[in-house]
Amino acid sequence: MIAARAMGGALLLAGLAAPWLASEYVLSVLIVSLWFAYVGQAWNIMMGFAGQLSLGHAMYVGLGAYAAAGLFVFTGIGPWLGAPLAVIVAVIAGAGIGWLGFRFQVKGVYFALLTIAFAEFTRILFDHITVLGGSGGLFLPVGQRSGVDLINLRGGPVMFYYVIFVMTVAITALSWALLRTRLGYQWQAIREDAEAAEAVGVPVFRTKLLAVMLSAGLTALGGVFFAFYYNTLFPEQIFAKSRSIEMILAPIIGGMGTVLGPLVGALLLTPLGELTMAVIAGLGVTNAGVRQVVFGVLLILVLWFLPQGVWPWLTQRWAKGRRQ
Amino acid sequence: MTDLLVVDGVSRSFRGLRAVSEVGFTVPEGGIVGLIGPNGAGKTTCFNLIAGVLRPDQGDIRFAGRSLIGLRPDQIAAAGIGRTFQIVRPFPELTVRQNVTVGALLRHRRVADAEAAADAVLSRLELATKADRHAGSLTLPDRKRLEVARALATNPRLLLLDEVMAGLRPTEIDAMVAILVDLNRTTGLTILLIEHVMRAVMALCQHIVVLHHGELIAAGPPAAIQSNPTVIGSYLGEEALG
Repeated sequence: MIAARAMGGALLLAGLAAPWLASEYVLSVLIVSLWFAYVGQAWNIMMGFAGQLSLGHAMYVGLGAYAAAGLFVFTGIGPWLGAPLAVIVAVIAGAGIGWLGFRFQVKGVYFALLTIAFAEFTRILFDHITVLGGSGGLFLPVGQRSGVDLINLRGGPVMFYYVIFVMTVAITALSWALLRTRLGYQWQAIREDAEAAEAVGVPVFRTKLLAVMLSAGLTALGGVFFAFYYNTLFPEQIFAKSRSIEMILAPIIGGMGTVLGPLVGALLLTPLGELTMAVIAGLGVTNAGVRQVVFGVLLILVLWFLPQGVWPWLTQRWAKGRRQ
Repeated sequence: MTDLLVVDGVSRSFRGLRAVSEVGFTVPEGGIVGLIGPNGAGKTTCFNLIAGVLRPDQGDIRFAGRSLIGLRPDQIAAAGIGRTFQIVRPFPELTVRQNVTVGALLRHRRVADAEAAADAVLSRLELATKADRHAGSLTLPDRKRLEVARALATNPRLLLLDEVMAGLRPTEIDAMVAILVDLNRTTGLTILLIEHVMRAVMALCQHIVVLHHGELIAAGPPAAIQSNPTVIGSYLGEEALG
């Protein structure tokens, strides 16, 4: 606990000071890291807390991104109204998938397959929605990038950094708080043994559905950020299976079901990915797949040596160190 | 005494095999009733029918005057029936206290209140010193106690115990019997238990129901059951002689 607090405090201070210390490049890496931490936290609520595996979370990113971006492009209405719309769209989609899966007792990997199927279906669907650009993509108008316009989320990297920083801190605090609520206990009970949870009065169907809906809605907010930060949306990218996988690496590496695991995982993985790319480029290797291979090997090593993830391992080490 | 639980002509088949066939018995409010019989007699199926995990093909199950047919297990728990599983099912990654708190959250909205209730149950079952351990790290006797604790934390009127003595040493059995007797006397908790350990059954139960091949073959007070020739022939045989 003390280790977690110290770590949290240090991260918070470093995070606040980062824009003044970091170069533009490092800041962009931090933005991506925090984005993965944010969506990793959102996914962790569903899988880490409630034990429901989703391998299609890119769908909620995409739905959120398209909802807010579409509203902005066509009506000029900014993300403060676009975000609630994004959340509503994603929550409805999540509720639909959850209802189907849980109503018909689709469990474990089969439920995960269902989430992949829906994400793929949505990707193909958006490829054909011509009003939203179809496969040709949707582009947000890029105005001046020097000023800060928080209302329309138009501005430079520093503004975007603070936005995603606040989002990540908020979702981490939310995760912390959720685990200590009645709902958090019931989620964990379902994760551990749904039948035993039901026997002590946990309404399993409803409780699982809540996890999916909350996770979907929060992930959609990550999509809104994505849309306004990158300004371009392609169904092939935003709904990609590879993105769904990429999104869940941080919580898996960091420690599923823990509050700081997704954060630690993302802050390790994204910079490491960048470093790998730099080293690979420095060595003159041009194969595009090398980074993925390095990631894959890393994932295998972590799962082999630290099956609980990096964060639980660190806290255990600290606890041991203090006892000695 | 009024009957808290009425099992009325209940049957359930699995692919043509009649696991439970027109079984009927009652459990009086405040009583302790034993459900015995050889392996495969349909005892656990009976529990699953009462707890709502399975739905009977025919017959009715009434609890406190209200039919339980069609209710989900969580609704039946909320109605006041707690159960344990024959093969213990703790939440392994959660601590002992958290395990029991999940049960207590059925009656308490606030986690702090549920934790306080859980702690009270834990000390009653002599698990208080192990409250912060992960449930997965407990020994079998402790897991059995945890199973009872978690069910008790839901504050049931009727507790279904599925072989909570199995695998325990005689002293541990005596300790468990003492706890159950104490609960029954002090809180008026009604208990229906499946048990193979006859020394526990005889010490606890005022009434015993015997199942064999899914059918009820005898019911009555312990002394009558022990000397019932049908029961000795089909189940008690060895133990009665030994």
